[in-house]
Amino acid sequence: MTPGTTVPQSAGSRWDQPRGGHRQHSPAQPGQPGGLPRLFPASGAGPVDLRTHLSRFTALPYLGQPGQLIPVLKAAGLTGRGGAAFPVYRKLAAVAEAATRPVVIGNGAEGEPASDKDKSLLWISPHLVLDGLQLAAETVSSAAVGLYVHRNDRLQDQLRAAVAERAAAGLDQVPVEIIDAPPRFLAGEESALASRISGEPAMPRFKPPRVFERGVAGRPTLVHNVETLAHLALIARYGPDWFRGAGTADEPGSMLCTLHQADGRRDVVETQLGTPLRALVHLGPGTQAVLSGGYHGAWLPAADAGQLTLSNADLVPAGSFVGAGVLAALPADRCGIAETARVTRYLALESAGQCGPCFNGLPRIAAALDEVASPRPDPRAVTDMMRWAGLVEGRGACHHPDGTVRFVRSALQVFREEIRLHTQGRCADPARRPFLPLPAQTAMDAADWN
Amino acid sequence: MRKELRVDPTACSGHGLCAELLPELITLDEWGYPIIAPGPVPRALDKHVRRAVTDCPVLALKLLPAASR
Repeated sequence: MTPGTTVPQSAGSRWDQPRGGHRQHSPAQPGQPGGLPRLFPASGAGPVDLRTHLSRFTALPYLGQPGQLIPVLKAAGLTGRGGAAFPVYRKLAAVAEAATRPVVIGNGAEGEPASDKDKSLLWISPHLVLDGLQLAAETVSSAAVGLYVHRNDRLQDQLRAAVAERAAAGLDQVPVEIIDAPPRFLAGEESALASRISGEPAMPRFKPPRVFERGVAGRPTLVHNVETLAHLALIARYGPDWFRGAGTADEPGSMLCTLHQADGRRDVVETQLGTPLRALVHLGPGTQAVLSGGYHGAWLPAADAGQLTLSNADLVPAGSFVGAGVLAALPADRCGIAETARVTRYLALESAGQCGPCFNGLPRIAAALDEVASPRPDPRAVTDMMRWAGLVEGRGACHHPDGTVRFVRSALQVFREEIRLHTQGRCADPARRPFLPLPAQTAMDAADWN
Repeated sequence: MRKELRVDPTACSGHGLCAELLPELITLDEWGYPIIAPGPVPRALDKHVRRAVTDCPVLALKLLPAASR
């Protein structure tokens, strides 16, 4: 693979080779286990087996009764690491109060092509995630627990082996089922997950009811991202103050990020919330812009990104967000509009096609962006695109149209100079070398939603 | 409690009947899908709103407690 051409996955499966590369971005702090990385081992990229896991982290700290962990998680300030940054304790509290027995699902569906952090975590530290699942199940009195991950024999086999290892050790109170997620961008959306596990296509549903009210098989369902569960398992062991030893007061803790450098390097790191973006992606003259928040996120000019930290306090006012920790530095010699158009085309194809505005609007927005990416574009393309953007926002069952429009609008802002070049028949990269990763093939079969 | 009108976009197939029955609150976009005026339903329109909800051929129009999203 040539750096920068970035379709790192083979056809058929999106990610045959779980990525192992990870670095730490925080000086180790005194005391054990104070420093970073917390979720990954300090060295080595191979899977951590149960014995090594237990010798590093001590026994699984069951609390003996439901609900106990909720105030602890509230004090820790842990938020969901799947992208939405919703307070974890609130979901647990809502499900714990339900009248019927809830279902608990660890969400490892990482449909975002630019993100590797969940598959890396599941590959390297499966027992932290499985610990978190057990503790979440105890907290909400669940007897039905699943781990939802994309089809990938190597990873799923390894997870099944980890589950068997724990069964042999008598560690788990509730058996864990590994459930296939289809290779779609939206497969991990909570209501799509609930549909899939209920035996239907993995497509988003209209809310209300929310998944925590009525999810899998109509039962209250607690869905947490796998990284969230790993943090939960550590907070249960070491407490809220330990957790707050990293991050900022408002956004505590560490998180996993997938970094795409302008030179084509791509790796997963664990870093503190509040880390300057310039410490994560190289922002020299070779970088023109940074995509933060993945393909539902927003572009930031490199000069602006250099002033910001990895926090919603900084990124939300700049029109972006932390999301699931994808940061991509676009090289100076690429066309930001052509890149955005290519990804938008993909996002349009990944619409579930259920909601009229998304089904109609996204392909039109993608086509208009293709026009803007071409030499001497029709000047009506931008005005059409802005009208369609307004028509799709807030009108889907899920946030796919909203996220896509956020991404497109940010490109029109940040790459204004590139658009001006196009009106003169010029472009920063007439060769249109692709940079942002996309799956080799876009699944188009109805069956691919199952 | 005041209610708000919402469309389940996964159920809506763009018949457009709702916009004919309730033009005060519903217009159609350029593809024929309803755009609903935001906010609680005015009391004066309660009867028309209920009619639009029950007459939607695919029952995609919902009267829900305000701010249920």
